[in-house]
Amino acid sequence: MSTKKNQDDVEISQDEQAKAKTKTVKKLVLIVFAMFGFGFALVPLYDVFCDITGLNGKTATTAATINENGIDKSRVITVQFISRTAQGIPWLFEPMINEIKVHPGEMKLVKFYAKNESQNDIVGQAVPSVSPGQAAIYFQKIECFCFNHQPLKAQDDIEMALQFYVDTELPEDVSTITLSYTLYDITGKVAS
Amino acid sequence: MTTEAIHDSHEHDHHDHKMTGIKRWLFTTNHKDIGTMYLWFAFIMLLTGGALAMMIRVELFQPGLQFIEPDFFNQLTTVHGLIMVFGAIMPAFTGFANWMIPMMIGAPDMALPRMNNWSFWILPFAFSILLASFFMESGAPNFGWTFYAPLSTTYSNGSTAFFVFAVHIMGVSSIMGAINVVVTIMNMRAPGMTYMKMPLFVWTFFITAYLLIAVMPVLAGVVTMVLTDTYFGTSFFNAAGGGDPVMFQHIFWFFGHPEVYIMILPAFGIVSTIIPAFARKRLFGYSSMVYATASIAFLSFIVWAHHMFTTGMPLFGELFFMYCTMLIAIPTGVKVFNWVATMWRGSMTFEVPMLFSIAFVILFTIGGFSGLMLALTPVDFQYHDTYFVVAHFHYVLVTGSLFSIYAGTYYWLPKWTGNMYSDKLSKAHFWCSLISVNILFFPMHFLGLAGMPRRIPDYALQFADFNKWVSIGGFAFGLSQLIFLAVVIKCIRGGEKAEAKPWDGAEGLEWTVPSPAPYHTFEKPPKID
Repeated sequence: MSTKKNQDDVEISQDEQAKAKTKTVKKLVLIVFAMFGFGFALVPLYDVFCDITGLNGKTATTAATINENGIDKSRVITVQFISRTAQGIPWLFEPMINEIKVHPGEMKLVKFYAKNESQNDIVGQAVPSVSPGQAAIYFQKIECFCFNHQPLKAQDDIEMALQFYVDTELPEDVSTITLSYTLYDITGKVAS
Repeated sequence: MTTEAIHDSHEHDHHDHKMTGIKRWLFTTNHKDIGTMYLWFAFIMLLTGGALAMMIRVELFQPGLQFIEPDFFNQLTTVHGLIMVFGAIMPAFTGFANWMIPMMIGAPDMALPRMNNWSFWILPFAFSILLASFFMESGAPNFGWTFYAPLSTTYSNGSTAFFVFAVHIMGVSSIMGAINVVVTIMNMRAPGMTYMKMPLFVWTFFITAYLLIAVMPVLAGVVTMVLTDTYFGTSFFNAAGGGDPVMFQHIFWFFGHPEVYIMILPAFGIVSTIIPAFARKRLFGYSSMVYATASIAFLSFIVWAHHMFTTGMPLFGELFFMYCTMLIAIPTGVKVFNWVATMWRGSMTFEVPMLFSIAFVILFTIGGFSGLMLALTPVDFQYHDTYFVVAHFHYVLVTGSLFSIYAGTYYWLPKWTGNMYSDKLSKAHFWCSLISVNILFFPMHFLGLAGMPRRIPDYALQFADFNKWVSIGGFAFGLSQLIFLAVVIKCIRGGEKAEAKPWDGAEGLEWTVPSPAPYHTFEKPPKID
């Protein structure tokens, strides 16, 4: 093949190459794990991003403070209410008023009606969503049934309150806000 | 150290003995053997996924429900997509990488041969799991290959676990394959082969491997979230528990968009190798090709939400993703013009690899243009989830990726087998495929524009005529691929002996070794000028 000396050279360079390979492999494996972690990091990142921008139409999950900016009488905002029940929950669930007109900053109280039409005790949880999404962070709830679990015994019914105002900072181009509640059955998930 | 060296050289004398029979294939660490296995596996998967597509087209031949239950139809579309993406196109490209990269950069083998063996041999298990779910009580996955939550979580038919583990294994295989490619290219180039002297083929696989390493772990993450949402009560995508189903789409497409470039960049590499060979000119604009590939790869990370325009994004988001997506047309256009410029005033001949490559350039460009149409937010609301989308991605994946795989196979088949293949038969394969594939996919554009939704087993009467043509084209295209099988088998069995360089315009180190390529090549690195 080749002389002894050349062969030694090849062996040495192969050794070096092996080291270089190991180094590259380590780096790449690190990238793989980092990207796997990044996939999961996207979950809190998405939540933070949406909290700031309201992009996903989620409203705050805790009560807002009382409006201190006064009432903007020059604008009228239409707030529509929609409700639906997720698959498998045998409740009647609907807003008692479909639409309301408010001035930004003005406090309003509306009620939703829920009735457990089954023979079982069920715990429900309403999840709100606001459309258009960018209005979500301006929709302030002082009190909402969606902040808590809602247990209902078989055949019981209840009127649930939502107290809210629309922030005066609401962008000019939004004149209608739709608030949608989806009711989920979480009986199995809460320790009763 | 010394004893090791002696041991090494001792082994060296013997390692030309390959094992025989099945053991050779099970235990092989030879890049050529593994490449061959990848290519055969991909072809078997192509036929499997094709069989599912044939069933879809049988049902869609006429309006109404004739043969197939809607739920089974959904299983067919889902598994067809998964198999074609992860089973056919991606392994075929890995097969090319294995066969050609070491020979093109003058390396004796891939950098990590044992891992190479493993990354292939876990693939059959992944697809066995996936396909076995057809025969289970639950049925196969029926939520689309994009497995949107809550379809794959809350409304899963019970196949989610099989789906998730199959995807995990495919992901591990791809990641290992990609690591191997990167390590090989970075460390094993022949002395003198600088990065900018590498064949463009090697460049595209290099960049693709990086894309794989970056996004396959994200896919693994998102399927894991789907798994825990379905079976372990987490609420990543479940609104009842504070999650968000739209977030699924964001994470999925963060993987999904680079994935589509994973399936097309290697095709660019193959075509950029073949066109200069048969135009007998050097590739026009080599360095611009490299930069274009890199910029496509970069842009692929910031355009994912163009798949989700209809989820209710704010205007700014829609505009951002629309403009970024349209920006991709620039580097892609650079490539198309470079290919055309390479052919311009070349002394072209039209052997089968060249025919497939030219068809690639034209038809891929059509697919690119329909992609550009889909990128426009205002019109995407009309096109979204219609057959227009189906037409678009089949143009880029079938007449794009698959045609490039055929082009590459016909180009290197003499090198792999040592025999020339039948010119007549291979040309028959080309022309049958070319005509039938257009009958198959072109009318889908019109169906989509007229509003026919995708993934639906039945449709309104006015779509009947076009669907009939699409189905006829589909059957013809499916059958045409059997010609390819015949060509390859005939070529392996014998035929006119191929010279070391059967194409007179071909360039590259792979043509400096005899045909068929010896089991071991470039044990001593070649000299590069």
